[in-house]
Amino acid sequence: MAELNSKIPKGELAQKWTEYKSHTNLVNPSNKRRLEIIVVGTGLAGASAAASLGELGFKVKNFCYQDSPRRAHSIAAQGGINAAKNYQNDGDSVYRLFYDTIKGGDYRSREANVYRLAEVSNAIIDQCVAQGVPFAREYGGLLDNRSFGGAQVSRTFYARGQTGQQLLLGAYSALSRQVKKGNVELFTRHEMLDVVLVDGRARGIIVRDLVTGAIERHAAHAVVLATGGYGNVFFLSTNAMGSNATAIWKAYKRGAVFGNPSFTQIHPTCIPVHGDFQSKLTLMSESLRNDGRIWVPKNKEDAEKIRHGQLKPIQIAEEDRDYYLERRYPAFGNLVPRDVASRAAKERCDAGYGVGETGLAVYLDFSESINRLGKNVIEERYGNLFQMYEKIVDENPYKTPMMIYPAVHYTMGGLWVDYELMTTIPGLFVIGEANFSDHGANRLGASALMQGLADGYFVLPYTIQNYLSDQIRIPNFSPDLPEFRKTETEATERLKKLMNVKGTKTVDSFHKRLGMILWEYVGMGRNAEGLKKAIPKIAALREEFWKDVKVTGDFNEINPELEKAGRVADFLELGELIARDALSRNESCGGHFREEYQTPEGEALRDDQNLMFVSAWEFTGENSEPVMNKEPLNYEFVEVKQRNYK
Amino acid sequence: MDLTLKIWRQKNASSKGKFVTYKVNDISPNSSFLEMMDILNESLVVKGEDPVAFDHDCREGICGACSLYINGRPHGPDAAITTCQLHMRRFKDGDTIVIEPWRARPFPVLRDLIVDRTSFDKIIQAGGYISVNTGGIPDANAIPIPKINADLSMDAASCIGCGACVAACKNASAMLFVSAKVSQFALLPQGKVEAAERVQAMVAEMDRLGFGNCTNTGACEAECPKEISITNIARMNREFLCSKIGAPKVKIGAGGF
Repeated sequence: MAELNSKIPKGELAQKWTEYKSHTNLVNPSNKRRLEIIVVGTGLAGASAAASLGELGFKVKNFCYQDSPRRAHSIAAQGGINAAKNYQNDGDSVYRLFYDTIKGGDYRSREANVYRLAEVSNAIIDQCVAQGVPFAREYGGLLDNRSFGGAQVSRTFYARGQTGQQLLLGAYSALSRQVKKGNVELFTRHEMLDVVLVDGRARGIIVRDLVTGAIERHAAHAVVLATGGYGNVFFLSTNAMGSNATAIWKAYKRGAVFGNPSFTQIHPTCIPVHGDFQSKLTLMSESLRNDGRIWVPKNKEDAEKIRHGQLKPIQIAEEDRDYYLERRYPAFGNLVPRDVASRAAKERCDAGYGVGETGLAVYLDFSESINRLGKNVIEERYGNLFQMYEKIVDENPYKTPMMIYPAVHYTMGGLWVDYELMTTIPGLFVIGEANFSDHGANRLGASALMQGLADGYFVLPYTIQNYLSDQIRIPNFSPDLPEFRKTETEATERLKKLMNVKGTKTVDSFHKRLGMILWEYVGMGRNAEGLKKAIPKIAALREEFWKDVKVTGDFNEINPELEKAGRVADFLELGELIARDALSRNESCGGHFREEYQTPEGEALRDDQNLMFVSAWEFTGENSEPVMNKEPLNYEFVEVKQRNYK
Repeated sequence: MDLTLKIWRQKNASSKGKFVTYKVNDISPNSSFLEMMDILNESLVVKGEDPVAFDHDCREGICGACSLYINGRPHGPDAAITTCQLHMRRFKDGDTIVIEPWRARPFPVLRDLIVDRTSFDKIIQAGGYISVNTGGIPDANAIPIPKINADLSMDAASCIGCGACVAACKNASAMLFVSAKVSQFALLPQGKVEAAERVQAMVAEMDRLGFGNCTNTGACEAECPKEISITNIARMNREFLCSKIGAPKVKIGAGGF
């Protein structure tokens, strides 16, 4: 069994991080120059970490699979980033941001981590403004805010509908400056295949150069994974096409335990699925719920007519519309958290009130806001989103309500890390979406950007030094050590094996089938019976994959089919772990909704007596079942209650 | 829809490329252009042929990875979108579509429709930043910024670095890309401090990498998926001129001025 020591500092909640920083071990400047750190991924977490570590004087190698660090999928985040600045004088505070995040996560995250996140949130905004991030401003020249789900204050900073882009370009510019200075060496179009352990510590990685196909060994004193979430396991998701789980999955198989794999977020406002050729789903920012009202027809007959194209939504009279979120949750209305909004949409559609050709859609209606504020105000706030919608759906959302439906978006689960963001493998750190740490069972909107940058700019640069401080006498590692050669051989053989299957079915066809199994049994609503079916189905699909997949092209060239095959092979293993975790957690919490466990009103029913812990799964070998370890969650500073947004 | 595709195929950077014709049938008008390419590739894989390699990632018009030259225009016939946002309803049944990679010397073809755009990263590394380290920053509201400047800065900052401006320009000029970054910072008080050094360093790097000069034809603005205005080029020219005549002589150091 893995030993899970969360290393939470003692003392009052508000003092823990200050205390930690005051007493942690540091590395002096001359030693920093000798210590090498590998950072994998160049999104908000990876780029901010690589830049900050470079500024401190460490020698950093930064890897990404894209052709440029600026393309990491953080770029696609739309709505905004939270911070407890209280610029709006509406009662916000660090404690309130902490509390909202803990509650939003349905009491399945660590108090100390979440408090630290809220505490450093303000410094992130300062940092980004200093970098030249053009946040939205008021006429007086000060920063503007908007509100997001799960909060009763306006604490979200934004740059039109492109906040992720602007924050990432800020981090990318800081990273570029360090590249120019020679502190960071950049490796684009390189994909990590495995992590190398020497004497039980992470000492390097194996990567494939995606242009030449060459397999390379890279050594360092510590390895940081910032490789994002694994939502693409579902095939259809809002993730980028290349987003994958390979780095964290390989780390899991080398001994890092995996926290809460079943905690996946289904985002309520995505453009509905419209055909089996579809390659991905497009998110419509949660910020739209500020000004859009969600409804379905009150009468089933109207819904049916709409589905058959006999009736248009604008023909439905006001009194015949069911604004179901406002009806069920008057206190938060359309701004309930994502898990609640998603389930409510599913409930209406399952009951036969859904719209669109498939009946799997609800309306997001801006007519009231357009009448109240004017079209130009709505255009200024959401213009690019409306344009994006029109291009995909071929309907004008200024004139007719948008159609939306929930889709896989974010993974709260990820590699288990302690307070220092280190996994159970010494020297292996995980930051951003790739770790499990801050969002519990459900993430609030505009908190992913906050966490990515908090980890990269303000947390890891401190905590990694505590580890490195006793590594200063360790000379630089040679990537020629036998451990490196062995891992390299294993990684190469696995890819060659994929190419040699020479079967009949494409990689994508397997990925789609995996996605369908997961969406059906491990999606928005889960139950024991379905999960018990999913596990053998995934195992059978995996077996078929290794017997019948067809990978074209050569090893030593640009080969997108080979890249996809490696990623899908890992998804086929991870998918099973997700199902196992979902089956083991006999409660509903946040994004994990087990149909057997709900209140009479259909709300999630937790089991705090027995299940207030992090499920930390440990790999035990290719042909044996994984073992679940438990990290108990102790709530010392907040009262644990049923979430109530009514 | 049934379509004929003429696609540029090239094994690697050193080999000679050529157009190859493919047919695709039963394409839904609601599918995106890249989904149509996926369907073609699936059929090629089943036949045991190499699928067409192209760059793509977010498929929602923001990462800047996709980069196809479609019927003679970067990102295809529609204004203000990327290739991944282009939908097949824009084409007619029976159409022939010609698909090429970006063509510019600083963007060498790596394979099929994939080009190497690291030269854009190098330009940013030369000076596309404000030299601040992490931490120790004054409050975000310490410096009020006029909304009009913040908005203009945001207009410039929305560049996605796709390279359509370079591909559209007969001179393969990167002036729109460079001027967008120069403008974003020049419009903000934080960026003014190093404005002179920045514009000189970035322009020098752009020239060194072999991008051509601006010809004022405006093709870059017309094809930019984010509608970045060539006003930015005028602003960059002014910044560049001022940095040469008004300010003290600029010394460009390595990495951070």
